[in-house]
Amino acid sequence: MTRPLFVILLWLFALPAAAVPDATVLDPAVVKKLAAEDSDARIAAIQQLGSQPGAASLLQAMADDELLVSGDTVFVLDGERALDAASGAEIKPVPETYESVSVNSRVRSHLSGVLAALRLQDADRGVRLAAAQSLQGSADAELMPVLAQAMAREADAEIKAVLQLAHAQASLASPRVSDRLAAVVALADSTSPATRGLLLPLVKPGNEPDARVRAAAAKAVKAIESRLALGEMLGQVFTGLSLGSILLLAALGLAITYGVMGVINMAHGELLMVGAYATYLVQTVFRTYLPQYLDWYLLAAIPVAFAAAALVGMLLERTVIRRLYGRPLETLLATWGLSLMLIQAARVIFGAQNVEVANPVWMSGGIELMAGLVLPWNRIVIIGFALFVLALMWALMQKTRLGLFVRAVTQNRAMAGCVGVPTGRIDMLAFGLGAGIAGLGGVALSQIANVGPDMGQGYIVDSFLVVVLGGVGQLAGAAWAALGLGVVTKFLEGWSGAVLAKIMVLIIVIVFIQKRPQGLFALKGRFVEN
Amino acid sequence: MRTPFIIRLLSAMSRTGWIALAAFAALTLIVMPALHLWVPESSPFHVSTYVITLSGKILCYAIVALAMDLIWGYAGILSLGHGLFFALGGYVFGMYLMRQIGTDGSYQSLLPDFMVFLDWKELPWYWGVSDSFPLTLLLVLAVPALVAYVFGYFAFRSRIKGVYFSIITQALTFAAMLLFFRNETGFGGNNGFTDFKRILGHDITSPGVRVILFSLSALVLMLTLLLSRYLVTSKFGRVLAAIRDSESRVMFMGYNPLHYKLVIWALSAMLCGIAGALYVPQVGIINPSEMSPANSIEIAIWVAVGGRGTLIGPVIGAALVNLSKSYFTVAFPEYWLFFLGALFVGVTLWLPEGVVGLWKRIKARSAA
Repeated sequence: MTRPLFVILLWLFALPAAAVPDATVLDPAVVKKLAAEDSDARIAAIQQLGSQPGAASLLQAMADDELLVSGDTVFVLDGERALDAASGAEIKPVPETYESVSVNSRVRSHLSGVLAALRLQDADRGVRLAAAQSLQGSADAELMPVLAQAMAREADAEIKAVLQLAHAQASLASPRVSDRLAAVVALADSTSPATRGLLLPLVKPGNEPDARVRAAAAKAVKAIESRLALGEMLGQVFTGLSLGSILLLAALGLAITYGVMGVINMAHGELLMVGAYATYLVQTVFRTYLPQYLDWYLLAAIPVAFAAAALVGMLLERTVIRRLYGRPLETLLATWGLSLMLIQAARVIFGAQNVEVANPVWMSGGIELMAGLVLPWNRIVIIGFALFVLALMWALMQKTRLGLFVRAVTQNRAMAGCVGVPTGRIDMLAFGLGAGIAGLGGVALSQIANVGPDMGQGYIVDSFLVVVLGGVGQLAGAAWAALGLGVVTKFLEGWSGAVLAKIMVLIIVIVFIQKRPQGLFALKGRFVEN
Repeated sequence: MRTPFIIRLLSAMSRTGWIALAAFAALTLIVMPALHLWVPESSPFHVSTYVITLSGKILCYAIVALAMDLIWGYAGILSLGHGLFFALGGYVFGMYLMRQIGTDGSYQSLLPDFMVFLDWKELPWYWGVSDSFPLTLLLVLAVPALVAYVFGYFAFRSRIKGVYFSIITQALTFAAMLLFFRNETGFGGNNGFTDFKRILGHDITSPGVRVILFSLSALVLMLTLLLSRYLVTSKFGRVLAAIRDSESRVMFMGYNPLHYKLVIWALSAMLCGIAGALYVPQVGIINPSEMSPANSIEIAIWVAVGGRGTLIGPVIGAALVNLSKSYFTVAFPEYWLFFLGALFVGVTLWLPEGVVGLWKRIKARSAA
């Protein structure tokens, strides 16, 4: 047993490879062969070096065309110094004429395979993961043993999974039936569309001679497809929930102002806009004065947007809406006028263009549940936020004095006034609360939609549908209706396109109201119309 | 004994009413056409093409406002979807005008340009009667009426009313707008219909055709006014007003409000369709934005400004709002929306009966 081979074996067992000076352990004869005239000889040398972890930097230099040869000396240049490729010792003087070792495409393909296999033994997790991923899709049968070894010693679950796939892919090209069969079975657990593409040709007799492998491949393709379909469906449910939570935030404010107080507020969408612009202003302030806390501007925007929208709302209530109680159609027209003025005001103040509101870093990215199904953080945060606001509203309406008064005034205004409830002030506060919650909806919207003067217009029809569908005076009804409308809309969209989905939803709501004019959750009791 | 129809009709309006109507007829059917066609442009008495087109447009809007008043002012049903019926009438007539282009379009094809663009080989079935003028006129009446009837039947039958009804009509026109925005629907998508060339073989931009369209709009407006007057003073009109004031009570007295509401609702839609059909050749374009909810809600403000529950009010309101719109959007484009918004708020707060109500109050005060 020669010394280099012994060292190689040692390295194979002492894993993962530690950072050891490369050059001391390489066989100068093998290194010399890297510069051989004959391509086959070079490839053989590469394969030999491939089992030595220390050869990675040398092979990388070769791949980068930085391995130089002058006569018999193979070396690399490190600045002004020339270093021997095998030992790393400095060569003096620097050879005057040299050329780089030629790497043709056949050699290069071997080189990159061997390099990737070497990197799979790297101490750094990131390097190993990148190497494993680079092997996916390009692995051929020759790499099977390398991958098998790497798999056996890999401790990290994520890398191991990638390696397993790469190994299975490499085995598919193996001439042995048993290898291929095992690979097909292993690949059946995958969820990536790429794997499906890989297995699909195997189903045909022309590509795969063995019937057992064909049958297994067909089964595997089916399993992957059903998993992909499941992923897609889950994705739709998720985007539906996310749309629903936006609708919920838009409709919760309406559930108070319209549902509880009976005021048709067509300017509700513009209160969303006020909240979104307040978010934009807070972001601008943070950018200018507190750039180091820019990531947390959103938290500061929540109370600011609430206060801004609530203020605008109370102002509207005091000046206009108060005079129109009990005249819903007139209220509708007047608040429509208010919405026009608010839109134009936004246009005059902020310009007609959309303004840019950035996602904080902690809201970008997402959780990858399975291949092809990423749940973006911003949508998850918004769903959570909507639920939080819903809980807050419920607590406010059921557990506080203000909530009690609001409910009392809406049930019987005169009687509430008689027992000392300041009905005028309660009206104003309740309207302010509904408006403030619309402002919170604006904060959420600013994270996923454009912020512009007419952003609120698109939500007004939808949010009224939610309230109408959910039933007047009902928080729970609004919540269920919003989530239901969101999910149904997204499903129909996947099936028929966005526009037809919208139309179908409208038709469904109209038909639904035929059956249950009081909404999903009608208040129990008898009442006389007019 | 039944009063003969002609006497009923004559007595539907006061003597001053008839005189005003006659004056209006003389102005729109004789004076303005004559001043446009036969007075040279250099003369200060010449009525320009701009004035004729703008007045024609406003006359069409006035018909819509009247139709809206019938349903809102007299039956108490606020529709926020009347723009849909207006646009439907316009689209039906637009189809006829598109077919009249013949092979003069950019692609020299018998098909409308947008269909060539979409690579369609033949007309969709619903374009079947679009080359026949009389059938088109029939459809102008039938399509809005049918849509209104079906929608109204389901809405009124389940006694959807008040704000619920308003919001659902708004959703209806919104949905229709989305539908018409699609290219596949077969009505030209975003761009709608435009570039009309001929109507009944005559050049659509010639002064003669313009004047005829203008006078026709005036005539239709006057007929609509008469019809409305007749309706609201009839027994039918009084039942309608009763439904508006207390629907339950009307039901308890043995009337079925469904039929009354349906008739006035479909009639109102039909009038809007006629207005739309008159509007499209004068303006030269129809596209889905006519169906936007904002347009429909603007109709309501015309009626409110003029004074709902009166018949002359909506006509005045439509004229006032649209004249100021033409003025504002040129002079202060920034402030038009502020003005329109303030109009909505101001009229509902301080002028619940519109300018006609204001006029009556001033007259009553000076008489006292």
